[in-house]
Amino acid sequence: MTLTDTLQTSLKTVVNYRVRSLLIILAMALGVAAVVVLTAIGDGARNYVINQFSSIGTNLLVVLPGRAETSGSFLGAVLGQTPRDLTLKDAQLIGRLPQVRRYAPLNVGEAELSAANRLREVTVLGSNANLIPIRHMKLAQGSFMAAGTENSAQIVLGAKIAREFFPRTQAIGQRVRLGDSRFLVSGVLAAQGETMGFNTDEIVIIPIDFAQTMFNTTSLFRILIEAKSHSEIEPAKQAVLATLKQSHDGEEDTTVITQDAILATFDKILQALTLAVAGIAAISLIVAGILIMNVMLVAVSQRTAEIGLLKAIGATSGDIRRLFFAEAVWLSLTGAVLGFLLGQSGSLLLRLAFPQLPAWAPAWASIAGILVALATGVLASLFPANRAARLDAVKALGKK
Amino acid sequence: MIRLTGINRTFQMGDQAVHALNHIDLSIASGEYVSVMGPSGSGKSTLLNIIGLLDRPDSGRYELDNRLITDLSENELAQIRREKIGFVFQSFHLIPRLTAAENIELPLILGGVPPEQRQTRVNDALQAFELQQRARHRPAELSGGQRQRVAIARATIMQPSVILADEPTGNLDHQTGAEVMLLLEALHHRGTTLIVVTHDRELGARAHRQIGMRDGRIMTDQSDDTH
Repeated sequence: MTLTDTLQTSLKTVVNYRVRSLLIILAMALGVAAVVVLTAIGDGARNYVINQFSSIGTNLLVVLPGRAETSGSFLGAVLGQTPRDLTLKDAQLIGRLPQVRRYAPLNVGEAELSAANRLREVTVLGSNANLIPIRHMKLAQGSFMAAGTENSAQIVLGAKIAREFFPRTQAIGQRVRLGDSRFLVSGVLAAQGETMGFNTDEIVIIPIDFAQTMFNTTSLFRILIEAKSHSEIEPAKQAVLATLKQSHDGEEDTTVITQDAILATFDKILQALTLAVAGIAAISLIVAGILIMNVMLVAVSQRTAEIGLLKAIGATSGDIRRLFFAEAVWLSLTGAVLGFLLGQSGSLLLRLAFPQLPAWAPAWASIAGILVALATGVLASLFPANRAARLDAVKALGKK
Repeated sequence: MIRLTGINRTFQMGDQAVHALNHIDLSIASGEYVSVMGPSGSGKSTLLNIIGLLDRPDSGRYELDNRLITDLSENELAQIRREKIGFVFQSFHLIPRLTAAENIELPLILGGVPPEQRQTRVNDALQAFELQQRARHRPAELSGGQRQRVAIARATIMQPSVILADEPTGNLDHQTGAEVMLLLEALHHRGTTLIVVTHDRELGARAHRQIGMRDGRIMTDQSDDTH
């Protein structure tokens, strides 16, 4: 019996047992579709988080006062409860390190902003000109601490703030009052929306000196650093720690977090999540495989007389085995392809429904889903196909 | 040319050994028309299955066309069945989901005959057995006589040298049975060896050589020269 004939004959059988075949194909397809859709969601979530986190900067390092390891409690470091604060002098020392492209000291506080008979509470960032590029913020108009104006009382407004206070007029050049001081609006941020729970549309930025005066402090909340290149991130971290240790009388009381390390951690966690979800979905494929085995066993006993006849008219055991085997291959192949298409359409619907979630099934998941479907289908058919091939012709013919 | 020497076949029925064939010696020349008769349980079907290579004897020698069959492999036996032997069964054994033409085509598919040749040979067979109008019908839509004609067409499509018929008219009325026998006898006239197993005396008497069996032994073996 030629391969083409084996495939054609078994395909004819699949088509003839329409309902039975459709049900198996459906079971297989749902399994594959589950793998595709669930990994699309998992990987989409991973990409969403990674994109969000990447968008806050490139080769970013963050220096915080306090040391997580020595204090034993990360909370202390976050709240800045440490005997020695980060100062502007520390920031300047860091700025001179060869691995550092640029740095931005940071103070954060709340103050009342008033202008044009309007008044609201805003989040105030105090920093230098580098903050804008390091944090990947964009100015829609104007500038911040442009050369020659570093010491003037200037303020950059978030997009929403600018819109609220100056709905009809140019914001740039307007005078506003922040707390007890007056500032000249020098720039307006481009609307960026929320990233990592921080909305840059509703902040204002003023020079660090004014911020420290306003909040009556000499310590810094954070120092943001951009390393010269990706490979300089780790050396920069070590250099920053060494510099600060020296400047803090030999005490290692600061923490440096790299964006890279956090990104890698997120990536690892979410990748594991995607794998776990894919694994759970793959169980349904195993179930579909067992279903195929069951149905094929029923088929063998239903078609016993037919198998006997095929042997009587000259089919070898191999012919019979291959016929049943090919039948299972057709069923699982059709199921796998249908499931893949179903899964891709499902992912497409997800992307249409939630545009911010890049729900693309990773190629490995689609390929693995199809391969696992084929493998379970084929493995599940081995036992029934062998049983059919080993049937005794005389006994099989005697069976009605 | 079929030559059986000292063939034994025993079946285990519960704790009892049934001697289905008890030391059978039998020679059938090419082109003979033989009927095997006997009550049920006499071993006539077992004899047919052994001649048809569906069953293997426990001991003894079987030569088919001067070739010793007894120690051939399963695949070699399947090939001989395919090329030299045609089976006709009492219950037709047609595959219900295939059309008449597809049922007739099956041995050609198993034999690896290319599709174009299959088509002409199936058409010829349909014509020879007056089944052209029924080619696209499934067995359930055919009468008993038509079903047996399809089965005979299938058995002869590979042009075997031996036709083995096990109660070929058992499921047919008298008239249709007689027609089917005429078809089988026409094959014999063209030189095919025809072996018919039956318990119908009238049917058995049509054969040129009549073998009577009982309890796994050949009791009578008469040749009739008037035919």
